[in-house]
Amino acid sequence: MSEDVVALLKENVIQGRKTQDDEGIDEDLSGTPGVMELTRSALEQNIALEAIITQGLTAGMQVVGERFSAKEYFIPDMLASAEAVGAAMDILKPLLEASNVETKGKFAIATVKGDIHDIGKNIVAILLRGAGYEVNDLGTDVPTERIVEVVREYEPDFLGLSALLTTTMVVMGEIIEALKENGLRDKVKVLIGGAAVSDEYAQEIGADAYCVDGFHAINVLDAFQEAKA
Amino acid sequence: MPREGILIDAPYERMTKEQIMQIHQAAIEILNDPGLISFNREAAELFHSSGAEVTSVASGAHPCWLVKIPEKLVLHALDSAPKTVKLGARNPDNTLIMQGEEPRVYFISGSETNIWLDVDFPTYVKKSDPSAEIQVPEFHPRRGTVADLCQSAHVCEHLETLDGYIRTVNIQDKDITEDNKDVNKFFASLNNTTKHVMSGLTSLKQLDNVVNMAKLIAGGEEQLKENPIISFITCLVKSPLQFVEDTTQTFIEICKKGLPVVVSSSPQAGSTAPIKEAGIMAQINAEVLAGITLSQLVNKGTPVIYGSVPVRARMDTLGDSYGSVETSQYNVDCVQLARFYKLPNYSTSGVCDAKMPGQQASIERLFSDILVTLSGPQYLHCAYGLLDCNSVFCLLQAVLDDAHFQMIKFFLRPPRISETEITETLKQIREVVATPQKLYIRYIRPVMRSGEISAPYPFEGDGETDNVFALAYARMNQLLAQPVEHIDPATTNRIFQEIPGILSRLNIYEERREQ
Repeated sequence: MSEDVVALLKENVIQGRKTQDDEGIDEDLSGTPGVMELTRSALEQNIALEAIITQGLTAGMQVVGERFSAKEYFIPDMLASAEAVGAAMDILKPLLEASNVETKGKFAIATVKGDIHDIGKNIVAILLRGAGYEVNDLGTDVPTERIVEVVREYEPDFLGLSALLTTTMVVMGEIIEALKENGLRDKVKVLIGGAAVSDEYAQEIGADAYCVDGFHAINVLDAFQEAKA
Repeated sequence: MPREGILIDAPYERMTKEQIMQIHQAAIEILNDPGLISFNREAAELFHSSGAEVTSVASGAHPCWLVKIPEKLVLHALDSAPKTVKLGARNPDNTLIMQGEEPRVYFISGSETNIWLDVDFPTYVKKSDPSAEIQVPEFHPRRGTVADLCQSAHVCEHLETLDGYIRTVNIQDKDITEDNKDVNKFFASLNNTTKHVMSGLTSLKQLDNVVNMAKLIAGGEEQLKENPIISFITCLVKSPLQFVEDTTQTFIEICKKGLPVVVSSSPQAGSTAPIKEAGIMAQINAEVLAGITLSQLVNKGTPVIYGSVPVRARMDTLGDSYGSVETSQYNVDCVQLARFYKLPNYSTSGVCDAKMPGQQASIERLFSDILVTLSGPQYLHCAYGLLDCNSVFCLLQAVLDDAHFQMIKFFLRPPRISETEITETLKQIREVVATPQKLYIRYIRPVMRSGEISAPYPFEGDGETDNVFALAYARMNQLLAQPVEHIDPATTNRIFQEIPGILSRLNIYEERREQ
């Protein structure tokens, strides 16, 4: 029975069904339990958190990633699955904290001061949550002081900075300088993204990486974590 | 169920009603003065016995007659010519129903070119960096063969947007003669596509053989009338205003058989027609109306299609300039004229001046394909694969053309706005606005796989590399590898027994047995 719920959880992640109202891909599954209902059901059945996460959620996302690479899935599919996993992680979060089970890492993300563009930032946030990272989304037009404060208090492993405009991308460099001035630069990996920036720009301002899109961001974060391990 | 084609809701029109009437009146005047010269005796006699003023005029060694066609003959013909023409197909699902007043467009291949363009992809090495290699398409022209025609029909069978087949290449094998060309080109086409097949006729002597072959495939004489799997295109008019002796005779004999036929006129603005729009329109309209009138005098009720292939002259060579903007204008004008007469129209787009696939070909083709499609011709000879005006056919180009016709067809879908859609949309907007991320992405998925979202350009390369030709070439080979439904063995056997002149190598069943 417990294996059934975990298998269903994996399948519904693949189908990108957050709740029972979602349709899925292969057929209309509306009305059958989605990832959120299945996660609660798994907890009621006392299934181990590790099994829910690794055999259900992560295993499902693994298949989604493979299908995306094979061009069978598109970005909306990836996002739907990631959203479903993110919602499941919200349900599991109190239990994870209580049992000291760690996420893949802590990630704070913000669109920098002066810039209100957030589509790319939001997609990155959804995907990273789906990939198993704890995400703290600070929003748009975030003052540099606020970002420094979050790095100090929340202690993220990674800081994602987003800017669409050439006029606001310069703020990214200012944030890195502010982190240095506050002795925090070595505590966090800084990743930048957005239409205006590039690999070269990341090097110029001393960021740790430039991420082309959300999928690239997952790979970059995973690579940093593996290197750390 | 016939093929759907694409219905144009509000056809693009250039001419006002008043301008159409002016062109009509001018054409009627032209038919009366100066009239047409007929080099065909039977046509001249038919016009004469029907009340036209016909006088013998000397023209070198060839007898000819000046025919002045009165307005009432033209109007009677326009009245009796069917307003709906059905073009059948081996597969009835590929039937085309063309109604003169309905702007439903069918996309058609053609015309017959002498040159077939092969393509390969040799590798080049950069001189300054021998480790850098690049594959560049190279195009090699050669004379077309019957095997090429088979390949072309085979690929066209699988091109999703292509509704009917006009032969694309002139078969010039050593064993093809004037006496066996027609049966071979019709058989090669019919055996490799289940779509409608239209062609011109090289020799009138072959008409009976071609029609008998079609009867065998359709299942009999009545079945062929009910399901005309073949039709003809005849250039009976030589501009300006002359009925050619042999093609007019071919036209007359086709009309006697009651098979669908296109009256085609192809004047060139600047040389065989006036350079100004009013002039070429008045003349081409007169020439086509003369052909339509003749068709109804020969056999009242002959399903006839208003055919127009007007073109502007190039100023540097006085050759045809199909890529010129005016050529598209003329074609749109002709679509309007045919609709004014409530007759189905054969119009032309996609023929380009470019000599090989590339940017010029894409620009010229797409420009005219979009504009002429929007005017709503029923039978759009949009020339899949045609290059260098009417001279060259490239199968790779035909595959490229199919991709842009998919885009055009998608664009012309009717708007999807209704009460239900609005209700659903309002619900969606309220839901999304209430979320922190405010993204509609999750609503994409239900429509993503339903065909409601247009596909990306199918030949898009990875990264910044332009791989269009290589990807289209791969697609072409995929299509060639897909089987086609050939004519069944029993009918093939009868065709080879009863229809003389078909090359034995076209009998796929014999070929398989030998292997």
